[in-house]
Amino acid sequence: MRPIIDIDHVSKRYDSGTVALNDVSLQIDEGEILALLGPNGAGKTTLISIICGLVVPTGGTVRVGGHDIRKDWRAARKLIGLVPQEIALEPFESVIDCVRFTRGLYGEPPDDAYIERLLSSLALWDKREAKTRELSGGMKRRVLIAKALSHRPKVLFLDEPTAGVDVALRREMWQVVRELRAEGVTIILTTHYLEEAEDMADRIGVINRGELLLVKSKDELLGEFGKKHLTVSLYEPLRALPAELAGRGLVLSADGRELGYAYDTRAERTGIAHLLAELAERGIAVRDVSTKQSSLEEIFMSLVEEETA
Amino acid sequence: MNWRSARAVFGHEMARFFRTIWQSLASPVLSTVLYFVVFGAAIGGRIQAVEGVPYGAFIVPGLMMLTVLQQSVANASFGIYFPKFAGTIYEILVAPTGWIEVTLGFVGAAAAKAVMIALVILVTSFWFTGVHIAHPFWMLAFLFLTAIAFSLLGFIIGLWAKNFEQLQIVPMMVITPLVFLGGAFYSASMLPPFWEGVAKLNPVLYLISGFRWSFFGFADVPVGLSLAAVALMILVCMGAIRWIFLTGWRLRE
Repeated sequence: MRPIIDIDHVSKRYDSGTVALNDVSLQIDEGEILALLGPNGAGKTTLISIICGLVVPTGGTVRVGGHDIRKDWRAARKLIGLVPQEIALEPFESVIDCVRFTRGLYGEPPDDAYIERLLSSLALWDKREAKTRELSGGMKRRVLIAKALSHRPKVLFLDEPTAGVDVALRREMWQVVRELRAEGVTIILTTHYLEEAEDMADRIGVINRGELLLVKSKDELLGEFGKKHLTVSLYEPLRALPAELAGRGLVLSADGRELGYAYDTRAERTGIAHLLAELAERGIAVRDVSTKQSSLEEIFMSLVEEETA
Repeated sequence: MNWRSARAVFGHEMARFFRTIWQSLASPVLSTVLYFVVFGAAIGGRIQAVEGVPYGAFIVPGLMMLTVLQQSVANASFGIYFPKFAGTIYEILVAPTGWIEVTLGFVGAAAAKAVMIALVILVTSFWFTGVHIAHPFWMLAFLFLTAIAFSLLGFIIGLWAKNFEQLQIVPMMVITPLVFLGGAFYSASMLPPFWEGVAKLNPVLYLISGFRWSFFGFADVPVGLSLAAVALMILVCMGAIRWIFLTGWRLRE
């Protein structure tokens, strides 16, 4: 299957010499949700801006739906909807006029039935005549989404859609994203909320200092880089770690009731069976055993730190 | 070329105008009334008729031109600068919309607003003086062409401006002096020969002269030259706007 977005060796170097993107290649399949993660200034927004036509790349090509974004820009841009990071709306315009304007700008004929459906799905229909300046931050962001969807794009870019948004609204926003995905819209989002990328995305790309460090499916990433943490709860507290168990990376909790053990899921021998056998051998009774997989955030931090080091 | 896009921008800009219709009309009409009161009634009575036209009527085309020029530049420059300032310009830049559609929409709306205000001023002038229009078709043609030419110039100023000060400095420092020195309130033939020669270097003189000809049938410079001046200005501005959009100067990174 041909990818809906094909980014081929794209670079962006500013006149000042700053390299915002360095030889980035990435293919995005139709219907997937791709999360781009990276610290501030990593190049996420630059990449999105190049695909959307806001920033001119200094090297490489981008095709959207098979159309080159520079040579066949009209056809390419028709397929794209962009929700920018900053909330930017005409303050004195009504919600419905805002959305109608964007649809017109994309050269689409008026379609009030679709606009009504769109605004209803984003819980904005009751506010359609309200001026945008009267809306809450969350509603404004939803107006931006409605504008980006007004011409029925195949690809939607969400640049940090939940930045500065409260928890309830964030969940609401992700619900919207899920529904869009169910309708077949390809979604590329950047976010700082890694748990949500973990929750939402099919694939995750990590960008740092203008380089795309990796792009993997979420499960692959968690499996490959994920460390697990084993917690052994004890019946009787230990005063100190027995000398025979020292040097294995075991950590005794302050109250002496828990033993912590970090292990790599990729390792051939995790050492868990051996550890439990040894505890039994020494008469240390185990009450419970639990494991926890490291979160995407931890993986992300370790990747970025590795790159920075 | 996508007409729907151009129409969307035009409609969007006109909606902004109609949202503040009374403010948009009140200020130019009030200042024109003041011009009529001062130059027409108070001083005009003491000034002899120009080429047989009473002074009060003589200044009507000049006042309309003054308004058209100021309004065209202000409307078009603000029209494109405001989305830059508010950040909403992004949606114009990411849309499948070319420079022609965007320019048609913004400049068309700015020119339309300026023409509407100029016509309101014309109607207002009937209360103060009797004005006869010798060539109504050419009056409207000059009005529209001039509005388009200066809206294009305003559009360039709005694209160029990085802040509100820059947005205002060109109209204040360049346009207003050119209009005053372009014969809005006098005929160039009333000037001493040297200054008449200097005045003829002012492009605005050609516009006001042609426009005045459409009212009274006489002009400072040949009408063909006036038309050529406005056509040249439109072409030069279009070329500059095309360059700005194609290179992304002050628009794209």
